[in-house]
Formats: sequence, C-alpha cells, structure tokens
Amino acid sequence: MNVNIFVQNLINALQFGSFYAIIALGYSMVYSVLMLFNFAHGDIFMSGTYIGFAVASGLIALSASGVLALPTWLILILTILASMVLTSFIGITVERVGYRPLRDAPRASAAITGLMIGIILETGVLAIYGGSRKLFPPLIPTVTFDIGGIYVTNVKVLIVVISVLLMLGMHQFVRRTRWGMAMRAMAFDFGAVPLMGVPVNHIARLTFALGSALAAIAGIMFALAYPVLNPYMGIIYGWKAFVAAILGGRGSIMGACIAGYILGFIEVFTAMIFPSTLRDLIAYTIILGILTFRPHGLFGEAYSAQLRL
Amino acid sequence: MHPGDSPAREHGLRAALGRFFAPVPLMGWLLAVLTAVLLERHIGDALIDALGLPKIPVLFGVLVMLKKPALIPGSLAFTGLVYLIPVTLVARFTAPLTNGIAAALQRMPLMVSGLIHLGLLYLIFHLWTDVSDYRLITLKLMLIAVLVTLSINLINGYMGEFSCSHPGFMALGAYMASIFTVGLFTDDRLFGDAVFHTLLAPAFFPLGLFLGGCVAALGALIVAVPSFRTRGDYLAIISLAFMFIVKSLLENLEFAGGPRGLSGQPDWATLPAVFCVVVLGVWIMNNFVTSTMGKALNAVRDNESAAEAMTVDTRKTKMICFMFGAFWAGVAGGLFAHVLRYVAPATFGLTKLAEVLAMVYFGGLNSVWGSITGAVSISLLSEALRPLQILKWICIPLLLILVMIYRPRGIMAFKEFNPRKILAPRTGKAKGGTDAAA
Repeated sequence: MNVNIFVQNLINALQFGSFYAIIALGYSMVYSVLMLFNFAHGDIFMSGTYIGFAVASGLIALSASGVLALPTWLILILTILASMVLTSFIGITVERVGYRPLRDAPRASAAITGLMIGIILETGVLAIYGGSRKLFPPLIPTVTFDIGGIYVTNVKVLIVVISVLLMLGMHQFVRRTRWGMAMRAMAFDFGAVPLMGVPVNHIARLTFALGSALAAIAGIMFALAYPVLNPYMGIIYGWKAFVAAILGGRGSIMGACIAGYILGFIEVFTAMIFPSTLRDLIAYTIILGILTFRPHGLFGEAYSAQLRL
Repeated sequence: MHPGDSPAREHGLRAALGRFFAPVPLMGWLLAVLTAVLLERHIGDALIDALGLPKIPVLFGVLVMLKKPALIPGSLAFTGLVYLIPVTLVARFTAPLTNGIAAALQRMPLMVSGLIHLGLLYLIFHLWTDVSDYRLITLKLMLIAVLVTLSINLINGYMGEFSCSHPGFMALGAYMASIFTVGLFTDDRLFGDAVFHTLLAPAFFPLGLFLGGCVAALGALIVAVPSFRTRGDYLAIISLAFMFIVKSLLENLEFAGGPRGLSGQPDWATLPAVFCVVVLGVWIMNNFVTSTMGKALNAVRDNESAAEAMTVDTRKTKMICFMFGAFWAGVAGGLFAHVLRYVAPATFGLTKLAEVLAMVYFGGLNSVWGSITGAVSISLLSEALRPLQILKWICIPLLLILVMIYRPRGIMAFKEFNPRKILAPRTGKAKGGTDAAA
C-alpha cells in the first residue's frame, strides 16, 4: 500500500478523532460526574456551530459596513469566545430545566428527556434558520503544506493541536483544582458529596457549562473544516461521542478522549481498507468486539451497573 | 371523620365523571362507540353540509381546527353531536342492558367473550376507516406502533435494560418479510417472476411475517450474548452498535435494493390482517409477562444476583426476553413494510429509535396498558398536530419532558392488563382510584 495514502489517512484519522474526542470529553464529563447520558450533547455541539455562524456573520457584516473594522483573526477569536459563553448558557439551561428535576428519577427517564431536548434544539435552529444549508464564513485562509507528497492543511493541524491542548487542560483542571476535585468526588460517590458540604448543583452546572463550551469549540473547529451547516449535523456526532464515552469507561475523562481517537482511527482505516459502504458495519462490529471482551470500557473500573428503573 | 362513618364522597369533576360512568362495562363502551360510528356513517354527510364543513373531519376535527380556525365551532359541534353526546348517552343509559350481556358472557369461556368483544372492536375500526383512506393508514400504523411498543417494553420495561436496538430488529423483520413476499409472489425486476400465485396470500403472509420475526430473533442473539456480562450503559452501546450494523448491512445488500430500498410488496396488510396479528401479539405477550417467565424478567431487573440465588436462570431469561421481544419487533417491521409497500434502511435509524423510545417511556414501563397508551397517544398526537408543522416537534418533546418530570416511569407504568377484569360487568359502586387486587 502506498505510504502516502497511509499517512494521509492517518492525518484524517487524527482530525476526525479530534472531533470525536472533544465532543466525547464533554459527554464523558457529564456522564462520569452526574451518571447521566446527555443525549442532547450532539445538538449542543450543533447549536455552538450555529451560534458561531451567527456571531461570525454579524461581525463580518459589521466589518464590511465599515462601522468597526476587525481583522479576521480577531473575528475568529471573538467567535470562539462568544460561542463558548453562549453555548455554555444553553448547557446550563438544559441542565436546570431538563435534568435537575430528574436527578432522583430513573436514569432512563433522564435519557429520554435528553433526547427530547435535543429534538427541541434541532427544531429551534430549524425554525430560526430554515432548512437550507448555511455556509460558515472562512475565517482561516487555508494554507496547504506539501510534505513529500502528503497534503496537510493548516486547519487540520490547528484542530489536532487545539484538541490536544484542550484535553491536557481539562486533565489538569480535573486533577489540580478544587472544582476538579469536587467533580472527581461526585464521580466516585455521588451520595456522599453533599454530605461533605459540596454544592452539588453548582458542580453540576459547572460540568454542563464546561462540557457545552468544549462542544462549542469542537463545533467551530468542525465548521472551519467542513463549512456546510445543517440542523441535523449534531445527531450522529452526539451518538458517536456516546459510543466513545462508554468505550473509554466511566470515571475516566482521558479515556473518553482516547476512545474518541480510537473511534476516529477505526472509522478512517476501515474505510481505507474495505469498501467504504461497509465502514459503519465493520467499525461497529469492531467496537462490539472490544466491548464484549472488555465490557467496562478500556479505562473504566468494573462496577456493577444496576440501571435503576 | 369518626370511626363508623361511611367513607366521604370525593368531590370534583373527575370524581363526578367517574361516578357517572362507573356502571358502564367494556361492552357498553363498545356499543356506544359503534353507535357513534354508525351515526357518522349515515348522517355524517348531511351534518357537514348543515355545519358548513368541507368534509367529514378525519381525526375528530383536530386537524380541521388547527388548519382553519374559522371552522372551530363547526367541527366542535360535529364531534360533539356525532361522538361525545351519543357515546355518553348510549354508554350510560344502556348500562343495565350491557351489564347483563357482560354478565352472561362472563359465564362463558373467556375466549368466547374475548372474541365477541374483539369482533365488535374490529367492526368499529372497519366502519370508522371506511370513511377515508387517511384514517385507514393512520389506524394501521397505530396498531403496528402498539405491537412495537409492547415488544420494546418487554426489554426496556419488564427487564429494565436500556436497549437501543429495536429499529434494527424491525429492519431485519421488514426486509426478511419483504424479500419473502416480493421474491416469491410478485413479478419484480430484482428477483424475477413470481414463483407462486398471489391467491396463496392468506397462508403465506403469516409465514412471511413469522420468518421476519425469526430473523430478527436471531439478530437479537448478537445483543443478548454480550448482555450476559454487561448491563445498563454498556448494553445501551452494544444495542446501538447493533442498530448501526444492521442499517449498514442492509445498505450494502445490493440484491435487496441497497440504500434505495425495496418496494412493490403485495397489498396483503389489510386491516383484518394487521388487526389479527396485533391482537395475537398483544395476547401472547400479555400471557408471557404474566407467566413465570415474566416474573423472572422482573426479578432480573430488580436484583440480578438475588434472582440468580433464587434459581432464576438469568442467562436464559435474558436470551428469551431479547429474542421474544425482537421476534415481535420483526413481525411489526414486516407489517410496516407491507402497509407502506416500501422499505429502506434509512427508515430504521436514530429517528425511529427516538420515536419508539418516546412511545414506550411516555405510555409507561412494565405495562401492557402503558404500551397501548403510549403508542396510541404518540401516533395520534403526531398525526393530529401535523398542521402545526415545525411547532409539532416542539410540542411533542415538551409534552414528553413534562411526563418524564412528573411521571418518570410513564403515564401508566406497572398497570396490570387483566382480560377477565376488563370484560367483567361493572357493579356500579364508585371506585376509589387505581385497580386494587380483586
């Protein structure tokens, strides 16, 4: 096999893996800390993308009209920041309205609520923007590097670099700060935490806010790489992040990221070796195989999961 | 309250309505609805001319009211005059007569009484759907939804797993049944000429559905075997992976049309066929969950280790539950393919999963009544709110979120479905609330 094709696919796998990893990171944080499937996470990712689109379009229009001339890099940074903040508000609202009333309810009910909130988000975006595809403004001029026959764009490099930085940052946050310690405590023993005087609602809010902000960054990066937006783009990423979060194991945020990369690699290399129509079939069979032999995920502790009805 | 007082009468509209309708047995309700449907059939056209409506409202006027607010008084009047008032009057005032009939039927074997009631129900459906094709297809899809919801309730409700694999089971059943009927019974460009004549339909349609169910049950093994070692979250992923695998497999099945789908199923899913299959399914599944095996399902859900210690074979229970639930999902898929006369892999994806999960969690877990309620409600709401267009997809999820917050296990969870009690005559004493053990 051509080494060039192999390395090219490796770079693609890194890129896709980065998307899955960041979305899975936010997903897995909520999952580990609150024992909760947030099925609306993919749609929060999509909302982040659309918010970024709105902010970027607005700023570009402002610049173009001459009121406020902003360089493109500043627009990009402002877009990312605004999107992170606004998407974390969406995440906090989702937590308050959808999940907090169900904190003591069976987890399946919370899962269904998540699904429904996702549908409401999709419908909201559909109502505001309509069904036609939107084009995200190109905020980074694409520069392609040719390294010995292998083509790498600066956007791809940026995506991988930002993802790795975010993962390391999250890891340090969880390991070193008091908030992180509270989150780890909640993942370890949810019932004991409020007895120790830790404000559970605050930590839950923080977890959702962080997770949603991460999803927003993933969204902007995704939009930079694949500028066509549609309201249903988040669904498949949400469910794949779900797969990655569980493959990584509960209680392990880094595990979810690594599982996200593994998922990306499995998908891209399956498409490379086998006919690409069989990609899902083979990729998910591999995942099924991994879970059959390591049912508690790659990095999770084995625990008896009694799903309360 | 002092000891020795008779119990106080509950006040309020709900209690009053309960007291008013308490003496009406199921036979009474069936006769009342039959009267209403006959009334609509015979005076419907004259009435709509008198009220200024364009045609007979198909879904009790809800669609008309949402599309053209000007016609609200007219459709309300129509629904009141044809449905609400006749049903109320006939039900309440024939109560002595129908209680007598119900008491007489009670002395006969349950099967006879059941068949008579089902026959009446079928007559009602038949007459109601005669008015319009839209009603026919809505009713057929609703009956199929009842079957699917009950089959997923077995796994999600009675056994307490969170299984996302049902669209996969339906897809397998739909495709197997379609390949069987299209391949053998129609002249098709994919499979060549018909091998058998279409007159053999009544014998071979059930066979096709049965084969579809069997293939789905075999597929369930892929989900059941990993479930021995995992529960909860991990099983959810395994079932999700199964769903994607099935979808991808069917997309690559070129001899069955691939992503373009398979069409041209013979028109064998008539209302009698769908009705019989669904009634059979509900009856068999109800028997299953009230049997010892059904109690084993609940035991595995509540505490697997304790169940194992109490001689419940948890592996066998899980396997049987998955395969049985998948079988009926496959049968429902086959029916679905034949009602729409087209089947494609895209239908059985995440949207179908969201729909099915919504129905079962809305209606209620661990309950046949819950499955029926959930399926009928969500299907009707889905159809009735159609004129709201995009708002529909905000109203229905909001409703579900409210139900999840206030009744987390669903509206009618854990409610027992006891045919004998349902068919029994009502003694007329006001009931306090939900069924107490008789």
